[in-house]
Amino acid sequence: MTKHKGQRTQFAPDLGRRTLLRSGLAAGVGTLLAQLARPLDGLVLAQGAPAGEAAGHATGHSAESAAGRAADYPGQAAGHGSHHGAMTTVGEVDNARNGFDPHDILTDWDGGRVSTAANGQTIRHYTITAVDKEIEIAPGLFFPAWTYNGRVPGPTLRVTEGDRVRLTFVNGGSHPHTIHFHGIHSAAMDGVPGVGAGMIEPGDSTVYEFDAFPFGSHLYHCHAVPLKRHIHKGLYGAFIIDPDPARHPEQEAVARSRLLGTPENQRWQELVMVMNAFDTNFDDENEVYAANTIAHAYMKKPIRVDRNRPVRIYLSNLVEFDPINSFHLHGNFFDYYDHGTTLTPTLKTVDTVMQCQAQRGILELSFAGFEPGLYMFHAHQTEFAELGWMSMFEVA
Amino acid sequence: MNEAVGRPAPRLTWLWAVIPLAILAGLIALFLVTDPLAPLGVSVPPIEQLTVERTVLDDDGITLFVRAGGSEPIGIAQVQVDGAYWEFSQEPAGELARLQTARLDIPYPWVEDETHHVVVLSNTGVPFEHTIEVAEPSPQPTPARFMAFALLGLYVGVVPVGLGLLFYPFLKTLGRRGLQFLLALTVGLLAFLLIDTLLEGMELAAGAAGAFQGSALVWLAALVSFVVLFAIGRRGGRAPNGLGLATYLALGIGLHNLGEGLAIGASFASGQAALGAFLVIGFTLHNITEGIAIASPLTRQRVSLLTFVLLGALAGLPAVFGTWLGVFAFSPHWAALFLGIGAGAILQVMVEVGASLFRSGQREGKLLPGASLAGFVLGALVMYLTAFLVNV
Repeated sequence: MTKHKGQRTQFAPDLGRRTLLRSGLAAGVGTLLAQLARPLDGLVLAQGAPAGEAAGHATGHSAESAAGRAADYPGQAAGHGSHHGAMTTVGEVDNARNGFDPHDILTDWDGGRVSTAANGQTIRHYTITAVDKEIEIAPGLFFPAWTYNGRVPGPTLRVTEGDRVRLTFVNGGSHPHTIHFHGIHSAAMDGVPGVGAGMIEPGDSTVYEFDAFPFGSHLYHCHAVPLKRHIHKGLYGAFIIDPDPARHPEQEAVARSRLLGTPENQRWQELVMVMNAFDTNFDDENEVYAANTIAHAYMKKPIRVDRNRPVRIYLSNLVEFDPINSFHLHGNFFDYYDHGTTLTPTLKTVDTVMQCQAQRGILELSFAGFEPGLYMFHAHQTEFAELGWMSMFEVA
Repeated sequence: MNEAVGRPAPRLTWLWAVIPLAILAGLIALFLVTDPLAPLGVSVPPIEQLTVERTVLDDDGITLFVRAGGSEPIGIAQVQVDGAYWEFSQEPAGELARLQTARLDIPYPWVEDETHHVVVLSNTGVPFEHTIEVAEPSPQPTPARFMAFALLGLYVGVVPVGLGLLFYPFLKTLGRRGLQFLLALTVGLLAFLLIDTLLEGMELAAGAAGAFQGSALVWLAALVSFVVLFAIGRRGGRAPNGLGLATYLALGIGLHNLGEGLAIGASFASGQAALGAFLVIGFTLHNITEGIAIASPLTRQRVSLLTFVLLGALAGLPAVFGTWLGVFAFSPHWAALFLGIGAGAILQVMVEVGASLFRSGQREGKLLPGASLAGFVLGALVMYLTAFLVNV
């Protein structure tokens, strides 16, 4: 929510009647103009949007309206196909320079280094280092982030219910940090100032250790003060505890489908999405919103989904400054498991779910039998959507 | 005393124009090489500035003409319109050096008569905000539009000045007292114009890129133009009077009307000319007194019709040029400069007319005769009250 945004934010701005008349008249010559403008367009556009974005916009609108708008903006139509008004960031983010790719993050599960204790308990060893790093959050827009392991969100830790988590935290940043896990653990392992190891000074390290309970879709974040800044600077990540089927005999099949690596689980297309935002001028208002940091990343390059396999999304909200965030799916509905701590849905057949900060949950949906194509999803705070949290599934 | 100062051999005198500069260059080089600020730990991020100088709205969307300022080149990363990231193209592309300009084309479906907020984000995420108060299609420079705006300028500048000059035969019938009153009226009127011009200049200066130091530009332009015009006016060793004084009056008022035209044109271009016809009629009434002022110094001499036409053109036509500039090629720093020059010209005329009033008062043995005082007060008052018509 930016202070400088328009008072009358419109998701689909009304074209005045006059404009409509004009576009109607001009529709016939629109294509011609577009053709004429084509050779010039490449020269004039400093930062053209990639073709994927144009393709993304092309669906869902009748040819008639597309032609009307093309007539309004011949130059744009030539460069980017006919789409609705070009609401997007311009250009592409250099993922290589950032050191992480929003598409890789979707399925990048970190199980840690695994060993087995004498009592047979699985121990998952992790090392997470806090690093100051400038990251590109939208094309050409750089943010001086604080990161876990150089990426925002931090690594997606994925363990099984009952595993021992032994995580070495090294503070390589310039400020004191901690890691505070959402889950069950002792007070000393809470990662808050003044308790246990407390704030970890730059150059210091500590070990957080606990048994992973309860199963669900959780998260971790820095709890150093001032808390607002430590969160919005980028110190957070997803922490998924898969249910142990042996502990849930009455719903073993469901639990097995959630447990990473089982044959039942491999049917699923699992994705992790951390909804976040960035305040680039430090006025406690966000300029950029996204799922997994990069504005419009899944708009310009939609997430490919096989319609014959179900989809499971581990969704969490780490947006600072705004009270809530949401996830809205087009053309389909999903079941929702709040916090992921149950094996039966807490909400059935919804297409929108909202989360306050640190709230999270699991979305399960299926495109079985659906027409292939682009299915949009985004925050239904349209303001967030228009500031970057706008995405597409490409169902094939 | 002067004799005590030792003089170097004449042949080497020129060296003293070079040596200080050479030392200066050396010191600057030394400063840059050794970086003496390093121990202070100064490592501040660059200051970024971006000024929107002109906005054009048309069927292709919104076009902004921006100028960079600040300490380092600025890169434009993204553009938001009404809180949504929007596609845009920049020409020329790339980072903008200090004072470099660029054109941003944003294909946004703006809504007529509504307000739009544009935010240009730099690479470092600094937002530069620009509000389009009332979205109206920007006038394109077609011949018909040129004529229409010329007509507007005529109504605001030439017509009222011409009407004012038509009072001339009546003014001739006035006695010495009456003339004193009239000249004092002129000074009062000019006092208003001076303040108005300076304020207008300050307002425009606020919209100029920081590096141009808009306010200083207005004050300095006013001071320089005053000094130059004063020197030219008195080059013969005497204060200007009669036709000379009338000409300076016409010049000062003309420059003021240029500013008035600029303001009107710019408000038409930015959709803020809500008053329309009312505004134009208001300016016409407001400016009639300007013609009377120009005619006042001429009552003691014979003046040809052509002279009147030329005086009217000098005072009135700049309003036409001002309107054109304001509509089609507005840039705040140039406008501020013109208004500063105008203020200086007005001040010069005030001083000269005031001086002649004092001289005539002295002949009567009074510093400020009643007629003069009444005229001054009435002049300022009339201008202030008629300005009610053009200020909202």
